[in-house]
Amino acid sequence: MTELAIDIENLTKDYPYGFLHLKKRRSLESLTMQVQAGEVFGFLGPNGAGKSTTIKLLMRLIFPTAGSARILGKPISDIEMHRDIGYLPEQPYFYDYLTAAELLDYFARFHDFTAAERRERVQRMLKKVGLESAGRIQLRKYSKGMLQRVGLAQAILHDPAVVVLDEPMSGLDPVGRREVRDIILELKKQGKTVLFSTHILSDAEMLCDRVGVIVGGKLQGVGAPSELVGVKAQGMEILFELPADAASGGELLAQATRTGDRYRLQVEESGLYTAMERLGAAGAKILSVTQVKPSLEEYFMHLVEADRAQSAAVEVRAK
Amino acid sequence: MTRIGTVALNTFREAVRDRVLYNLVFFALVMMAAAILVGQISIGIEQIVIVSLGLSAISIIGLLISVFIGVGLVSKEIDKRTLYALLAKPLRRWEFILGKFAGLVLTLTVNTAAMAAGLFLALFYVKRSLEQADTVVLIAVYFILLKLALVVALAMLFSCFTTPLLAILFTAGLYIAGLFVHEMRGLQGGLIDPMLGRLLRWISYLLPNFENFDVMGAAAHGRVIPGALIAQNTAYAVVYCAIVLAVAMAIFSQRNLK
Ligand SMILES: Nc1ncnc2c1ncn2[C@@H]1O[C@H](COP(=O)(O)OP(=O)(O)O)[C@@H](O)[C@H]1O
Ligand SMILES: [Mg+2]
Repeated sequence: MTELAIDIENLTKDYPYGFLHLKKRRSLESLTMQVQAGEVFGFLGPNGAGKSTTIKLLMRLIFPTAGSARILGKPISDIEMHRDIGYLPEQPYFYDYLTAAELLDYFARFHDFTAAERRERVQRMLKKVGLESAGRIQLRKYSKGMLQRVGLAQAILHDPAVVVLDEPMSGLDPVGRREVRDIILELKKQGKTVLFSTHILSDAEMLCDRVGVIVGGKLQGVGAPSELVGVKAQGMEILFELPADAASGGELLAQATRTGDRYRLQVEESGLYTAMERLGAAGAKILSVTQVKPSLEEYFMHLVEADRAQSAAVEVRAK
Repeated sequence: MTRIGTVALNTFREAVRDRVLYNLVFFALVMMAAAILVGQISIGIEQIVIVSLGLSAISIIGLLISVFIGVGLVSKEIDKRTLYALLAKPLRRWEFILGKFAGLVLTLTVNTAAMAAGLFLALFYVKRSLEQADTVVLIAVYFILLKLALVVALAMLFSCFTTPLLAILFTAGLYIAGLFVHEMRGLQGGLIDPMLGRLLRWISYLLPNFENFDVMGAAAHGRVIPGALIAQNTAYAVVYCAIVLAVAMAIFSQRNLK
């Protein structure tokens, strides 16, 4: 049996609301989920699904209504557990009167490093997240993307065995996203366990050994990305340009949508080569061909509807 | 212990970078103006004017810093979400509270020490000398510092369970009530309902007694402050702060962040 890095059992969270906080809204419903040591686990769900709630419960920032969790075999109430975990909060914000280097040094002081080790680590981490040249700038002058990078640096500063990242790619440009992906893959190579939340399907597909899908506070399923989100491609999209002197593309062109000089054409997978040949004959310059997948929203809608249909079926049977 | 110190030093650094110590410029201007004015009148009341004015300014400036920054120590970290990453470190919540408290008390100590130095400079300027008896002014400054620590603890306690604005009001209210504990105890003599008198008496013992920390009159006139009062005030402040902080820690340790 492989060792469990994170073991969540029946974790439930109600948020009070309304007058005198008398009413309660359930945001997480009896979540039971395991993350194996050494795996990259994607926690996937639309906004408001309960991903951050789960992560904050694990980090002891909020306390559960019911249930329990263990990290690396220790109950999360044990402060020792915090020595071996790293955490990137959602939309992180840090002391804006500090520079990035000062912030990392401050956080490093809570671990048992010597001054020399701290200095070396801070520089290494700044370099890793691409902020070496900005290390001496106060954080109040940082952009959202830069703060996200600082957040990532402080999460992995002390070489933790378990890294928990809440929406690590949000607020980043494509280059930044790739860098974060590279860091996650590097952590995996080092044998670390990574749990990260996202509402972006492709990020999860690209990185995760397994994903857990959560909708409306309920876990819908856990499995390899291909099992869960291996939704059939809806077709192929061809992106092309048409020189001014080109022959008319005929009916194909009529189906394409034009943005600026470029055209997008969506075709069935089986009709891809025919379409490309005809575009080629018409003198079109093909720029890219990509699979069209349902968006995560569509995928989640499908899950939610399936959930409803099932409960409706149960109700009918009960009658 | 080192973790508490780490939080404390960062809190001090924040205060310095947020220009909290700039109030010293204001204090210096007040003392300079007073010293020059008194120097011109000079009818033997230099000591009284400079010491009363200086101690009042030290107390008021200190109180403003204690209440306004004290209330924000924890709530600002929650609102700005700077606390999230920090609490994921091996730092216990009570250590955070204690570190924040120590950091602001350190800030106040530095600030008050600088103001006290300014006060002595002004005193030296008008009297052209300092005497042994002037050490009583130092004791008065020390009492102000004890009082400020108590105010910080109260501000932190309130900010752990209410909004910053209410926490400011509660702290200010308690401070003012704490200036009148003797009067509350004296009220019972037939003037009011005996039940109410007894209740007020009870309350007066729970309230922080800020009256005992005020020795401005003695300091201004160079009277001796008994050693017993120094010991008593120190013990009172330490014990009262410990109780208030313990309650604050207990509340904060249970609290759900947003
Ligand atoms: N502090 C809070 N008070 C009340 N409700 C909250 C609070 N935080 C989150 N919620 C609710 O809990 C649900 C889950 O939120 P969250 O865990 O942040 O979702 P996610 O991170 O998946 O987008 C949402 O419906 C949200 O409105
Ligand atoms: Mg979230």
